Amino acid sequence: MVPCCPARGGLHQTDMAWSIHTYANPTRFMNFSAIVLPYVWALAGAGIGIGLYLSFFVAPPDYQQGDSVRIMFVHVPSAWLSQFGYGIMVASSIVALIFRHPLADVAAKSAAPIGAVFTFLALVAGGLWGKPMWGTYWVWDARTTSTLVLLFIYLGYMALWATIEDPNRAARVAAVLAIVGAVNLPIIRFSVDWWNTLHQPASVFRLDGPTIHSSLLWPLFVVALGFTFFFLGVFMVRMRAEILRRKVRTLQMQQAAG
Amino acid sequence: MDEFLNMGGYGPYIWSSFLIAAIVMTGLALQSWFDLRKQKRLVAELEARSPKKARP
Repeated sequence: MVPCCPARGGLHQTDMAWSIHTYANPTRFMNFSAIVLPYVWALAGAGIGIGLYLSFFVAPPDYQQGDSVRIMFVHVPSAWLSQFGYGIMVASSIVALIFRHPLADVAAKSAAPIGAVFTFLALVAGGLWGKPMWGTYWVWDARTTSTLVLLFIYLGYMALWATIEDPNRAARVAAVLAIVGAVNLPIIRFSVDWWNTLHQPASVFRLDGPTIHSSLLWPLFVVALGFTFFFLGVFMVRMRAEILRRKVRTLQMQQAAG
Repeated sequence: MDEFLNMGGYGPYIWSSFLIAAIVMTGLALQSWFDLRKQKRLVAELEARSPKKARP
């Protein structure tokens, strides 16, 4: 017998519950995020700052699209994060429904508005790129339409949270919507392959490697990294606010009860 | 300078896409931060009213 973990032992399941609540309970998250946040903001600022410089002074104009290709540096990271945000929401919603993890629905709720903002930016920057390249701000092709649907799912999810007063009930209903809405993610991803769209097919994450020239690709990655840290920074701030909001609710109910 | 702003004729599209992104992202960050500050204030007020239930 290996003398392991004398303090707990016991069933595997209690073990798991123990570790989940130990490593990710709200108090620990508050402490952890307070320490990490300044670094996350610094990385976001550096990534976006250097990324902007690269976007305008280092990246060359595209051989076909000229300078309009610079819109890619807003459009593509935003589009990536629109799906990243939804991925966080779905994963957190699953954990919230199955494990009742105390942070999971806080995370899901906090990711939604950020994901919605990046979906909006992907659509707006896409339109501003579409006008000079396609001759129109908007077409109802599969990629643009499924991304618009993603925005509506985000808004519906946020509306559910806003209309159901009890956070525990709201969390469950919203989690179901988030998980059902996940069906849209592969549709967005593969829309450009399944249908004949005006939107170009994938040119970065492809099995046969990127088709974008590296002089445009690496500035894109720097901006995307900066945007991702920005996402994480806002995400943590929103989670902190949400944890405190629930604490306010509990304190108010305690005081109302006397 | 004018040539830089003109961006080969694509200036209006490029600058508006970057400007909108900057405004919307700053707005989101500020709104999140103001909300956090508000919740902190509310917790402090409530805890001041019932000090024995203070610890999170």
